[in-house]
Formats: sequence, structure tokens, C-alpha cells
Amino acid sequence: MTRRILVLLALAAASATLHAQVTFDRLLRAPAEPHNWLTYSGDVMNQRYSRLTQITPANARNLELQWVWQARSLEKFEATALVVDGILYTVQAPNDVVALDAVTGRPFWTYSHTPAGNARTCCGRVNRGLAILGNTLFMGTIDAKLLALDARTGELLWNTTVADSGERYSITHAPLIIKDKVIVGTAGGDLGIRALIAAYDVKTGKEAWRFYTIPGPGEPGNDSWSGDSWKTGGAGVWNIGAYDPETNLTFWGTGNPAPDWDGRQRLGDNLYSNSVVALDADTGRLKWHYQFTPHDELDYDSTQVPLLADIQWQGAPRKVMLWANRNGVMYVLDRRTGEFLKGKPYVKVNWMDGFDEKGRPRRVPGKLPTPEGTLIQPHVHGATNWQPPSFSPSTGWYYQAHFENSATVVVEGEFPRAARGNPRETTMGQTNLLNFYNNDGEAYGVVRAYDPATLEAKWEFKMSDITWAGVMTTATDVLFSGGKEGYFFALDARTGSLLWRAALGGQVNSGPMSYAVDGKQYVTVAAGNALFAFGLR
Amino acid sequence: MKAFVIATLCAFTAAVGWSARSAVAAAPAWGQHETAADIEDGGRSFRNNCANCHGPDGDLVAGIDLGRAQFRRPMTDAELIGIIRNGIPGTPMPRSSLSEEQAARIVAYLRSAAASKGSATATGDAGRGKTVFHGKGACVSCHRAEGIGARVGPDLTAIGRARRAVELERSLVDPQAEVAPTNRFYRVVGRDGVVTTGRLLNQDTFSVQLFDSKEQLRSFLKADLREHGFAPTPMPSYRGTLTPQETADVVSFLVSLKGRTAP
Repeated sequence: MTRRILVLLALAAASATLHAQVTFDRLLRAPAEPHNWLTYSGDVMNQRYSRLTQITPANARNLELQWVWQARSLEKFEATALVVDGILYTVQAPNDVVALDAVTGRPFWTYSHTPAGNARTCCGRVNRGLAILGNTLFMGTIDAKLLALDARTGELLWNTTVADSGERYSITHAPLIIKDKVIVGTAGGDLGIRALIAAYDVKTGKEAWRFYTIPGPGEPGNDSWSGDSWKTGGAGVWNIGAYDPETNLTFWGTGNPAPDWDGRQRLGDNLYSNSVVALDADTGRLKWHYQFTPHDELDYDSTQVPLLADIQWQGAPRKVMLWANRNGVMYVLDRRTGEFLKGKPYVKVNWMDGFDEKGRPRRVPGKLPTPEGTLIQPHVHGATNWQPPSFSPSTGWYYQAHFENSATVVVEGEFPRAARGNPRETTMGQTNLLNFYNNDGEAYGVVRAYDPATLEAKWEFKMSDITWAGVMTTATDVLFSGGKEGYFFALDARTGSLLWRAALGGQVNSGPMSYAVDGKQYVTVAAGNALFAFGLR
Repeated sequence: MKAFVIATLCAFTAAVGWSARSAVAAAPAWGQHETAADIEDGGRSFRNNCANCHGPDGDLVAGIDLGRAQFRRPMTDAELIGIIRNGIPGTPMPRSSLSEEQAARIVAYLRSAAASKGSATATGDAGRGKTVFHGKGACVSCHRAEGIGARVGPDLTAIGRARRAVELERSLVDPQAEVAPTNRFYRVVGRDGVVTTGRLLNQDTFSVQLFDSKEQLRSFLKADLREHGFAPTPMPSYRGTLTPQETADVVSFLVSLKGRTAP
């Protein structure tokens, strides 16, 4: 007996060295270990590009199902999984964390978080994923908590309140790890919050810094809100940011100002709504910002995933940020300075018709919600929304799934007053948005490849219905995406031609990712209420 | 160093009894579903299907306390499964659409929950017990409590809420007697002869998932294994290793562990 115990103890003692820690250096160098998928988009630049090479355009037709994991949840499945050395971690919406065997899909453990009863989200009790550092997983919750879990056991290590869910704050995106901090932002912009981005110590959960996306009194930009409208002006954060180690800047997109479709009570540009903010990762101080849609009244959140890329720009290397915005315009910004380099509509756009010399959009008069209805392009859901894009260093192109559509936006009457006297409840509309009318033949989904130097489309893959799916590309020039119709498909990233497809029977509301175990490459995507893993037969 | 590896590999006493019955009975297909994942699944089904009337703790209906296995008369597992599926005519207990396997998981959850309830108190000194726990006993070599220790054995941080003193003491002196489904050890031998043991997390027809002795999550395809099966718990008996007073002190310390509030 004693001998057996000693052996056990020796093994336990050795475990600390045997277990591969996910250091921040590994996160920065994630492309060097393509068998793992260590962050939401695969790397801190959010390129969603896998360097695995087993699946190619020539053999993609041989992809077949390896396993399915059914979530015990009827909420939308928007999470992108992480994989660390054969263990897959994902989120069962709203906030259960599961660890699965990445080869079989069988669960190791589940951690269940029961959100507070007052948790409210505008658009679904969703979660888009996790972050990992060391042996610790991090998850934001719809009741605005930030949780740290032991990745080996699912044990809760700490639980920090980021904001008050009773005030309609929530967290729906995957956290971002930078050095010894974990960073999240708060959603609830449609419900009248004053959103924030905050960093927490990974060991203790103690807040390190906080940045409000709406400046307070005395701060630059506060005067871009009339009266007290800044207090409930929204500008929510509901997608992951990016990190540039060279400048130590972290970039985050912000959402619409509130109330959404009526700007009369919040006159001004409404900074920093519908913007990208570049923050010092150590202090949270604002270094620069660019506002895509000043004084928005069309719900054009700028909460897309910031994508960083190094490209050739007018004959010279340039470190840029690529951004296909919900407002229908695609942007190239200098990520070191925020300089506006180029903006170009990528769908039919009628709310603006150009830019001034500083990159401020020129509004078209009258393109606002009215009692009679105004045809707005793009649709209120936007030309794209939150779904993650991809950049392929192999092709040099930028890939995005988006919609071609429009809406007749109608404002009519007062929004019903809220129960329980919460004044914030009404901020989604002092006005009521009656209808988003799609015009016949104008609504469809596409995956497109763009040359980031010109923003010209190189090819298009068209779908009958719109898509909420993300895009992933690989080093072998295979592109994976899906759509609302429930198809998951592989395209040739150079031509857009269809290589393979599978009918998954549920909307693809997530971004694909790839990993490998024992030399076999897998591609996963969530569709409906399940996570599907494919590999070559 | 003498290894004193604390006792709650044996948590959930009665659940083991249920397991044993399942093993020797007609062995329906669901008989093998006693992993932590399956009991957790049963708990989820209970909350979704039963808690609305019976309450989250199973004690809202007069004369019945499901969480403590108190029914209007003693019930076998098969009887409970039948009631869950078919209801009780003439009473508010309705039929359900649950499969036999789903109902069996709910029963497993209830048996497990019932075994975890108790109110006995220990007579030792918790402070001295903590010293033994971290010192002479070297309990933290395998167990974890209040954020300190290894993870090979069950985390004991909240064991005082789940187990009675008498159960904890029995686990210390006779740890092989009963081991909860959630804490059973499993042993696999690969075709290359490599042996791996660990806490069983999950298994199915084709694969098995362990938390191994190196604190790693491991998954094996049964087709790749030379042999596999349950293994004795590595928890040693403690009889004679600690004095009766030291044992009582450790039990008191364990009973005092009620969980911790995350920062």
C-alpha cells in the first residue's frame, strides 16, 4: 500500500512540470503551434487563419463528420472553441463551460454558471467564447461577471463583478488576455448602459484599469452628448478586441448610441459610440479613436472583430487594421496612429456618399427613420454584424461574410413603458421601430474576398439567405464558412469555388476553427445547438 | 513521508449501493451510466422536469423529500424510474416523455444527492485536524482544500456540506468500502503496456475519459486498450496511521469545510 501511494505522490508532484502551461508568449506566438487554437480568432491579431495543411482544395471533398457534441441549451450557439493540446473548451450558452476530448467530443467536465435573475440581453443569452492563460480559463457572463476556472477540473477560482446586471450590463464576448491581465467589455448598449472596457489581474480578478466608452464630465468628448444623455448613451462592447504587441495597444469596437433610432435627445457625435478605440494595454488610457458612424440613428454598431494585418500599402509595408463595418463601409486604418487610409462601401449604401479629408463620413440628408418610412441601405441588421472575418497571409486577402440588403425604417409612436419602473428599459426606443422591410430580391448573404490594398472584391460566393457565420482560411487556401440555411462549406480561397459542403440542420451562428491531434486535422463549427467536428476520411 | 490521503474518494455512500445493485441486476443498457457526467446530466434533467413541482431540493411535496430519498414508502430504482416515466394515476404526478435512460440518470442524481445529506458532528478539534491534514497526514498530496493541494483526489473544500462526520471517518479508516460514482478510479493499459490510472470522468461504448494521476485530462479509445476497468481507490486506510484523536481532529476539520466564497 505504502509503495503505491508513494508512486502516486511522485506522479502528482511531477504533474506541475508535465502540464503544458499556456503562457502569454504562447498566445503571442500562437501561429507557431497550429495544432492548438488558443484564442477566439486563433491569434491576438484576429486573423482566424490556420496554418495546418492536411486539408487542401484537392482533398476537401473527403471531409466527413468525426463527432457531434449536442449542447443542452436552446440558446444560439455562437462560441468559437479553444483547443489546448487535445482538450477542447467551449461554452454552452448562456454560461456553462465544457471541456471535451477533441478527438471524440466526449465531455471531461462541465462548469455551470447560473446567471442572476435580473440578467438581460438585448439579442439572446449568448456567449462567444473563452480565453485561457496558464491553467486558467476565463469567461464573461450575461450577468456581467468575469469568471476564472481551473482548466483541469472546472473549479471556480474567482468570480468578479464587472458591472451591475440590474442596470442591464452583460458580457457576451470572449475575453482577451494581454500579459497578466484579462480584458472584457460590457454589452447592453441598446438598454441604456454607459459601457466600459476593463482589465483584471489574471490571478486575483482585481480590477487593474477601466475605460468608459462614453467620456464623463470634464473628459474630452463628453461635450459630444447633449444634456445628461451620456449617462445612458450605450456604446456597448460585445465582441473581442485585438492586441498589437509592437505598440502595446489594444483595439475594441463599440456599439450604437442609445436610444438607438432617435438621436434628438442625444445631439452631437456621441463619442465614442460606433468607434474603434485604441487603448494602452497597461493603463487603459485612450491613445486614438476613429468614429465610423457619428451620431448614429440606424443602429450601426461597430462591434465587429478588429482585424490586424501587415500589408503592402501604396508600395510600402504598412501595419493596418481592416474593418468591414455594419454600416456597409469597409475601412483601412493605420493601427499605430488611427489614421484613416481608405473607406469604401462594400454593399449598397445610401446613408452616406463619401468622406471629408479626415475620414468623416458625409451624411445624406433625410436618411433617417421617419413616421412615413425611409429606405435605408444597408439594413438595420447591417451589412455585417458580429461574425468574425479572416485574413490570409497566403493570399494576402481579407475575407468577410456579409449581407446585401436594405430596410424601410419606420418610426412611430412611443415605446411601451417598462415594467418595474426601470427608466432604462425605454431607451431602446423612445421611438418604436415597427418594421424592417426587406425589399424583394435585395436580401442575400455572401462570402467575399477583398484585396485590402484596394478594397476591390476578388470573388464572391453567394447564398440564398443571409449569413451570421464567421470565416476561417487556411495555409492551403481553403476557406470555411456557413450560413443561416444550415450549410457548412469549404471554398477555394483563391477562386471562391465550392469544394465541399455539409447540411448541418441548424443555422451556423459561429466562426469555424481548426486544430490537430495526433497528426489529424479537424475543423469545427457550431450550428443549431451543436458543435460539429470534421476531418478527412 | 507517510502518506495520509484523505477520505472522500468514498463520498456519496448510498449512491454506491445503488451502483452495486445495478451491476448485479439485469444490467440494462443504462446500468453503466454512473459517471460524474451522467449524474450531472440527471441533475439537469431533475431541474428541468421535476423541480417545478418538487422544488429545487425535492422537498416541496408533502411527505416526500426526494433529496433525502424519503418517499411515502421505500422505492427501488426500477420503481422510481417507472414513476418518473409513467406518473401516478389519480395524483398530480404526470407521465413524462423521458426515456428509461434519462429517468435512470435522474434516479442516480437523487440517490447521489440523498447520500450527501447529513448532520452528524465530529468531536475532534478542527484546528488540530487542519495541522494534521497539512502536516503528518500529507493529505494535500492528493487532495485539495481551500485552494491548497493536489487535484488527483476530490476537492474537499466544501466536503463539510456534503458528508457527515461518520461517513468521513469511515472513509478514513476503510476507504475501499464505498466509493462514489463521481470519484471512482479507473485503470487503462495501452497496447504498449503503458498503464494509466485516474478518476473516471466519463465513458461510453467506445471511449473513456480520465483525470489522471498527473493531473491531466486524458481520453482513450477502448479499441486501443489492452485492458481497462475500475481500479481500487489509491486512498489508503488510515487505521493505525493516525491516533483515534488525530482521526477525530481531521474529521472535525473536514466537517468544518463548507466551501469558500470566490473573491
